[in-house]
Amino acid sequence: MSDEQQLIEEVTGQEYKYGFVTDIEQETAPKGLSEDIICFISEKKKEPAFMLEWRLKAYRKWLTMEEPTWAKVNYKPVDYQSLHYYAAPKPKKELESLDEVDPELLKTFEKLGISLEEQKRLSGVKVAVDAVIDSVSVKTTFQEELKSKGIIFCSMSEAVQNHPELVEKYIGTVVPVGDNYFSALNSAVFSDGSFCYIPKGVRCPMELSTYFRINAANTGQFERTLVIADEGSYVSYLEGCTAPMRDENQLHAAVVELIAHEDAEIKYSTVQNWYPGDKDGKGGIYNFVTKRGICAGDRSKISWTQVETGSAITWKYPSCILKGNNSIGEFYSVAVTNNKQQADTGTKMIHVGENTRSRIVSKGISAGKSDNSYRGLVKIMKRAKNARNFSQCDSLLMGDRCGAHTFPYIESDNSTGRVEHEATTSKIDEDILFYCQQRGIPEEKAVEMIVNGYCKEVLNKLPMEFAVEAQKLLAISLEGSVG
Amino acid sequence: MLKIEGLKARIEEKEILKGVNLEVKPGEVHAIMGPNGSGKSTLASVLAGKDTFEVTGGTVTFNGKDMLGMEPEERAHEGIFLAFQYPVEIPGVNTANFLKTALNEKREANGQDPLSAADFLKLMKEKMELVEMDKAFINRALNEGFSGGEKKRNEMLQMAVLEPTLGILDETDSGLDIDALKIVANAVNKMRNANRSFVVITHYQRLLDYIVPDVVHVLQGGKIVKSGGKELALELEEKGYDWLKKSSELTV
Repeated sequence: MSDEQQLIEEVTGQEYKYGFVTDIEQETAPKGLSEDIICFISEKKKEPAFMLEWRLKAYRKWLTMEEPTWAKVNYKPVDYQSLHYYAAPKPKKELESLDEVDPELLKTFEKLGISLEEQKRLSGVKVAVDAVIDSVSVKTTFQEELKSKGIIFCSMSEAVQNHPELVEKYIGTVVPVGDNYFSALNSAVFSDGSFCYIPKGVRCPMELSTYFRINAANTGQFERTLVIADEGSYVSYLEGCTAPMRDENQLHAAVVELIAHEDAEIKYSTVQNWYPGDKDGKGGIYNFVTKRGICAGDRSKISWTQVETGSAITWKYPSCILKGNNSIGEFYSVAVTNNKQQADTGTKMIHVGENTRSRIVSKGISAGKSDNSYRGLVKIMKRAKNARNFSQCDSLLMGDRCGAHTFPYIESDNSTGRVEHEATTSKIDEDILFYCQQRGIPEEKAVEMIVNGYCKEVLNKLPMEFAVEAQKLLAISLEGSVG
Repeated sequence: MLKIEGLKARIEEKEILKGVNLEVKPGEVHAIMGPNGSGKSTLASVLAGKDTFEVTGGTVTFNGKDMLGMEPEERAHEGIFLAFQYPVEIPGVNTANFLKTALNEKREANGQDPLSAADFLKLMKEKMELVEMDKAFINRALNEGFSGGEKKRNEMLQMAVLEPTLGILDETDSGLDIDALKIVANAVNKMRNANRSFVVITHYQRLLDYIVPDVVHVLQGGKIVKSGGKELALELEEKGYDWLKKSSELTV
């Protein structure tokens, strides 16, 4: 084996750096799923009756559905009856300050580099963190300042209790209960998540962010996120994740719903770094996520940006329904797969209104023995006069044992629509690395330079502090221990 | 400056270089000619440190340092530049960014401060004029969609920016029309000085009309079988390599 091949092996054979487990007492529901368990969850969370009804409806729907098999991913069937559907750190008492937070929990944040203390001390840049650990929000910061503008940013559980009218009005309107197998499951058992409401004409003064983290063994995590931007408002929402090392596969089936009213704009950014499993793909997270936004009002805009580096399996298609006339949908994605990771990800742009525009930029990077697929649908409905789409799907291969696949679907029912699709595939091979070295650039640096150059268009769309984090993540995922 | 003694190298089981001897002094231009498959490009790759070739014997010293133990990038930092016969395309990395990274790596290795963006751009502009390259190229991904001639000019641009002490040109003339050939030769001639040497590998005499060598070597069957002045190239052009084959058989 030549040095370059060895490099690619070393670089791509790197093990996950954030594997650790936090030891926190928890209250856990018995294994398995039934109407009783759902009642247990709802009761635990002191939910109003409509919420329980909604959960039960979803559960009954889920029972009639089958797990989808069309994605280009392979995994052992999940035994849904062997999972715990509720786990929460035991509430000791109401928390007034960080001093009262479980020190173990604080340590976890520190390992992740996102300690609340640090966040508090951040000068200049204000980031509100609604930290979700195993389903229960522990601490919400900057809430007062947001409140003064009428912005609601809280955990889903709090929203269900304090703003039931908003939750009831919007939940399930973008991703209906029976939309797909995983969203139905999520609707039945969702544990917690984030809720965000921006009132009319308000520009949210800070980036909103939430860190998700799976912590308890065998606990499927079912996050539910709802972001509503009322007329003429703007919000930028960040979501980032890491997870501890585990032997058994962990199921993650989140649902995210975005609603943008007239002239509103929602920017939703994700850096996803769930545990991908070891070199042989053992023990990683199954990430089956349904993310969808609706540009409900005229001239509204929804922009998804994602950097996906983790999970054993990723099944995720952040989508936009462009209902309002002149509304805009965007999707910027970097998906990295390494070792034996599998990703089937992409987007759906559904053009309903007139003069709607969408833009898709997807950058796949495959390394090791991984498989990376882009799957995208651009649909132009009958009423969508003069709809426009531009799609760019690029694949970058590292070494010659990985795979990249592109599945673009286009459906058009209106002849005035225009859809453009461009795709490229490139490869970092020994010749490229040698060329860089001959110019004086060491291998590791060359890989970093090429990967960052390749992803630039997407990374540029992330809020600045997040872009730096994302670059670091790419470096961790693809390089590191060389030399 | 460069001293090669008894250099042997093979790829898999096939021995390609069978004991090459060559000495290049500062300021000299050496041409290496030879028929296809004689080992010319292998010699260039081995000097640059490509590890698909295994060195089985001999020594290479560069300014007194043993070069065979060095990584390719270390050789580059020492001042060796290889203009590739087939330059690669690097997606997503534009020429300016690539060259800035390369130059600053070299400067760092030699204990110099990195060049600022403004200083670098000034340098680029100056060097681009030297190779008559359009400004638009620096913002395009390196070599992506470049024509054969544009790629070779880009190699010359990189050489001009990195300012090596030894430039190795591996069949840089192949696939070039006469105008592009003149630009390449012109760039080399402008860079020639008392401290900088060149090894020009070529199949044809044509390039040597423009880059006039001090010494011409003929590489055949993995060895240098004849060396002479620039007139040797003309003789080869006229008589072909078979002529030498016969004479070398006679002399060996």
